[in-house]
Amino acid sequence: MRRDKAAVNLTQSPAETAFREEVRSFFADTLTRESTSRTRAGLRPEPSEVIAYQKHLAARGWGAPTWPAEYGGPGWTPTQLYIFQQEAARADAPLQYQQGLELIGPIIFTYGTAAQKARYLPRIISADDWWCQGYSEPGAGSDLAALRTRAVRRAGYYVVDGQKTWTSFAHLATHMFTLVRTGSGDKKQSGISMLLIDMKTPGIRIRPLMTLDELHHTNEVFLDGVKVPVDDLVGEEGEGWTYGKVLLDRERGVAAASALRISRQLLAVREAARQRLIGAGSMLDDATFRVRLAQLEIETTGLEMTVLRLMTDSVTGIDSGTRASMLKIRWAELTQQAAELWTTALGYDAAAFDSLDGCRKFPRDMPHAMQGALYSRLTSIYGGASEIQRNIIARRSLGL
Amino acid sequence: MNFELSEEQLMLRETVDRFGIEHYAAANRARMLANGGAAGRERWKIMADNGWLALPLPEMHGGMNGTPVDVMALMEAFGRHLIFEPFVSTCVLAPALLAYGSGEIVVGLMRAIASGDVQIAPAFAEPDSGYELNRVATAAASGDGGFRLSGVKCHAENGADADWFIITARTRGGVADRDGISLFVIARDAPGLSVEGYRSIDHHRHARLRLDSVPVASSALLGARNEGFPLLEMAVDRAIAAHLAEAVGCMDVLKDMTLAYLKSRRQFGVVIGSFQVLQHRMVDIAIACEEARSMLYHATLHLEADQVVRRRAISAAKARIGQTGLFVGRQSVQLHGGIGATDELIVSHYLKRLMMIDIAYGNCDHHRALFAVDG
Repeated sequence: MRRDKAAVNLTQSPAETAFREEVRSFFADTLTRESTSRTRAGLRPEPSEVIAYQKHLAARGWGAPTWPAEYGGPGWTPTQLYIFQQEAARADAPLQYQQGLELIGPIIFTYGTAAQKARYLPRIISADDWWCQGYSEPGAGSDLAALRTRAVRRAGYYVVDGQKTWTSFAHLATHMFTLVRTGSGDKKQSGISMLLIDMKTPGIRIRPLMTLDELHHTNEVFLDGVKVPVDDLVGEEGEGWTYGKVLLDRERGVAAASALRISRQLLAVREAARQRLIGAGSMLDDATFRVRLAQLEIETTGLEMTVLRLMTDSVTGIDSGTRASMLKIRWAELTQQAAELWTTALGYDAAAFDSLDGCRKFPRDMPHAMQGALYSRLTSIYGGASEIQRNIIARRSLGL
Repeated sequence: MNFELSEEQLMLRETVDRFGIEHYAAANRARMLANGGAAGRERWKIMADNGWLALPLPEMHGGMNGTPVDVMALMEAFGRHLIFEPFVSTCVLAPALLAYGSGEIVVGLMRAIASGDVQIAPAFAEPDSGYELNRVATAAASGDGGFRLSGVKCHAENGADADWFIITARTRGGVADRDGISLFVIARDAPGLSVEGYRSIDHHRHARLRLDSVPVASSALLGARNEGFPLLEMAVDRAIAAHLAEAVGCMDVLKDMTLAYLKSRRQFGVVIGSFQVLQHRMVDIAIACEEARSMLYHATLHLEADQVVRRRAISAAKARIGQTGLFVGRQSVQLHGGIGATDELIVSHYLKRLMMIDIAYGNCDHHRALFAVDG
């Protein structure tokens, strides 16, 4: 048999190698030591940090890695995108903020008016606007189409009344993209419209919803007679439900970018174990701990290889089917297990959550490790719970 | 980067698929298994005529110098049809070690492998070695221009019908030392060698060897004396990668069969695939198959990397494909219900093969532990 270059291989082309070098040196020049050590330690980046990072990327023309060039994207191939994500993970760069870049941006450039594109897209890339997602409601979680927030059309504007929940970062956002009911139809999916709402509009009230990590990520948003100009309707009235479809094919990118972070998380777990001394050795010498860590490292290797296959197949045009849903399920499982193993590595340090008298000196990775372990429970719930993802795979890929 | 097979590899896979359908049909399986080793030699000859036995052999010995990906393509198809001829032992593992031998014996054996005239089995495991390749108590005493081998090999993979064996023996050091292991190729009819055949539940035919002062010439040494261990590891890693491709082939068939069954079997007046609990189990089977394939590529594409990288990749893949393979095998039986637990339905045969692949050259726990220690 010939040693056929066309066959299965992991070889990078010279152009790809050069691109990797370019990306690597960008990260080396851009990220501060403080920022990378925070990411490495599993700390979620501060909003100010994400904004600064986003502005650096925007200045380089890389602010919206997955967008088409005509809307300000860099016009990368899937392989270049993969290299960028891989190097971002390797450099401990913060994750880019997805709400604007991956959730509403693509809907605006696919279905939006020329005015909406001109007004909103550049400000997503430059991080001048910060978007939050107003989808879920108290009675509409996994069954999102059961939503009841109502928008009534008057002359030139809609009046919106209702309540949204699980609205992450609504307290920091300048805008909210939201699904509202504008009519009724045979199916509950019809009569839903998508509105873009300025968060400064009168009638919006935000109530913090503390999550189990005792942090403020998410909120309830109450809308009481909120007036939204009809110019901020996306696409057609009553068709809002269908616009989410455009995101399905993009989700693999989001899942992939997240999946590439787990091996960094595991390095931090390893480091945490090494620092917890037990007699003459450390937690890392504990055979049971080592095997648990090895199991996660092995499964992460598989996940990374699946990401690589997915990206490569999308270049060669092979339909990826529902592997994005598979990635989401497995990523959530592994990031949860990695976060749990971190708390295992801590031993009694895991109990040191908060000082009562201001005296106690805390380990460097607490309380973040504990908060990370708890917050990670959300990864198998948000963005389509793992059970919903399994329904999607069963229906779309297995034909069940 | 590319994850598509070349046209040649696709053709190879297709030919093996046709051969599998013709000779290994599930309906004929019981009769074929009852015929034992003799009929196997006839099929083996066909495989030689097709050129498959020469695929992994080096060009200088009349082989096709096939890449790890070529072997992967072939072995996946073997797995799909439960082809149980001793390809991995004779054509993947043995040549990787014979290549380090010298003299006529090696030239002759390589040609005979390609022509389908010999089968060669590895005999490494001992009654108290576990899965550790370095744990070798079988002694090679030197004298009169050669060696005399004494010891017990408890499992020679595919050894029941083998014409030759490759044996690990200790020429120096303590029982678990990596240094001091030497490799020898010996004929089945060597004086002092007794071969006890047995079969495993997947109908592969193995042997237990007893060596009682078996005389071997120095020319039967493969690689340098005392320095056999790195070669042994390398050859075993090649065998493992081939077995993993076979396992992934088995898993894909189980996935397809189980999915088809969920869509056709009716209970409570509906197809059972309409039940969410079964749908989600089926999805987990599909995810396991994707993950196993990713691990297979990881192993295969690092088979020619340096020793440390190769070892970690192989152990990671062996561990995970062992786990996911057993999951898919057991759950396929479960979702088929009672019929899945019969010997008549081929589903259980795939489970049995996956169980035996997990054991071959160290099970998932063993390889996970190797990965953990080296990390």
